[in-house]
Amino acid sequence: MVLPAAAPPSLAPTRGDAAAPSYPGARRPDRHRTIDADGVQLAVWEWGDEAAPPVLFAHGGFDFAGTFDLLAPLVADAGWRVVSWDQRGHGDSSHAHLYSWEADLRDALAVLDATGARSLPVVGHSKGGALMLQLADAQPHRVSHLVNLDGLPSARSWPDVPEHHRTKLLNGELAGWLDHRRKATTKVRRPGTIAELAERRGRMNPRLDPAWLRYVVPIGAFQEDDGWRWKIDPAMRPGGFGPWRPEWSMARLPSLGMPVLCVLGLELEVMGWGTLPEDVHPNLPPGARFVPLDGVGHFMHVEKPAVVADLIVGFLS
Amino acid sequence: MSARSTVVLRHVNVDLALHQLRAGEGRALLLLHGLGERTPDEVPRHLAAWPGPVWGLDLTGHGASTSSAGGGYTAEVLMADADHALAHLGEATVLGRGLGAYVALLIAGARPRSVVGAILTDGPGLAGGGPSPHSPSALRPVRSSDGDAPTTPDPYALAELSQDVRPADYATAFVRQAQQFSGLETPIAVAGVVRPPWLSAVADEHGVASVTLPEALRLFADATPTPAP
Repeated sequence: MVLPAAAPPSLAPTRGDAAAPSYPGARRPDRHRTIDADGVQLAVWEWGDEAAPPVLFAHGGFDFAGTFDLLAPLVADAGWRVVSWDQRGHGDSSHAHLYSWEADLRDALAVLDATGARSLPVVGHSKGGALMLQLADAQPHRVSHLVNLDGLPSARSWPDVPEHHRTKLLNGELAGWLDHRRKATTKVRRPGTIAELAERRGRMNPRLDPAWLRYVVPIGAFQEDDGWRWKIDPAMRPGGFGPWRPEWSMARLPSLGMPVLCVLGLELEVMGWGTLPEDVHPNLPPGARFVPLDGVGHFMHVEKPAVVADLIVGFLS
Repeated sequence: MSARSTVVLRHVNVDLALHQLRAGEGRALLLLHGLGERTPDEVPRHLAAWPGPVWGLDLTGHGASTSSAGGGYTAEVLMADADHALAHLGEATVLGRGLGAYVALLIAGARPRSVVGAILTDGPGLAGGGPSPHSPSALRPVRSSDGDAPTTPDPYALAELSQDVRPADYATAFVRQAQQFSGLETPIAVAGVVRPPWLSAVADEHGVASVTLPEALRLFADATPTPAP
């Protein structure tokens, strides 16, 4: 038996909706639909002309498609149909029973299938960038171009601590995660005002404009009598442990045969991977373009949407 | 007719079936089945020597437990399944077959004061996807369209848990957790024949005994952890 997954929370507004929040340059998607990915309902969002050639955008961990509200309209206005989706447990998609890298990869393919395109360019930020690297490696016939926005995990992400200290750290991390799993059955997110949710998010996104953070709250959160709550599944928990090594993602890069553009923000921050240009250079496939952005952080598509859009549109044309 | 009784434990969105195969006094023996298997109806004859009660947990997607829509199975989430059984039992000696042996190792390292010895034995799903990443695939397992077909084992569980990467140094990190925090001199017993890379590395660690199954049962039946500092 498969118990039903939790219903997606209330739907975020689309373009022209009276409830749509505003921020200079931001535009809600033109269309929304829900697709079924092996029993998980995924919210799919599109900007631009439906008849234009599609490009797939993948967001980062603990984000949602609405965080492309600055970048996606610029790419759409340059003649593309931008298709993105809220990953399982994020935004308006189902809270799934379980989460894994492989499941996210299958979900991405379900979205790609639903675009109707046999092959298309893909753009991924952070976790979405690493996910698109794996998609391009696993199914090269489905990916015509790959754009990676600060989504190149490297071995540098591991703190260099002595073995006995690491054992102690892991002990706390494992118990903390299991305690979280025991409580997660009944856990709900803490409610607050729009300003409070924006402030909490700002702690992990210290370089972003507070007004932008307030803009995304009515998209990524839902309102009840006692306040706003982020839609993201409270059973999900950042960080953690597992057998996966960041450098395994980077190791997929040299194999890619399609045109590749990698953009790296040089300002290191808490949500980033800590990857430096010298970590990327040896792994670039022949002909790949690498663009380091000085004075730009991990959320480059929010900090410098016009710069990133120009890079993407130029690369795809 | 099975004499076993079953407790249903809620683990986030999944209902887990925890079966009592034999009542008794003293510390429980908790059985974790292999990949694609389920808890047996009765205490297997080769485990009858265990002096206390015997329980078995159906892992997510197996036996009488429910499955995950759209997969997403990891050994770590099955470790949290085992932790829910420990929350019910208090403490236990954990005996795993195949995949269950790997899960037993993980939970022995993660809950070193609740697991009084882990016994790792042969069984389906022991090797997983090997010690390092393989070429990626993105295939969807096929679910049966026959309405009368059993829904467990979940084909997603079979597909994903036979491909998960199990690096040797990841496995040994859990041995070291058990070694350092369990209060037992020998917290892990390897009582099987097959040695995939992760288990071969585990067997070489300090605090791990390579023994027969009867020896392993005796070792932990008599074990008394030293009090936590």
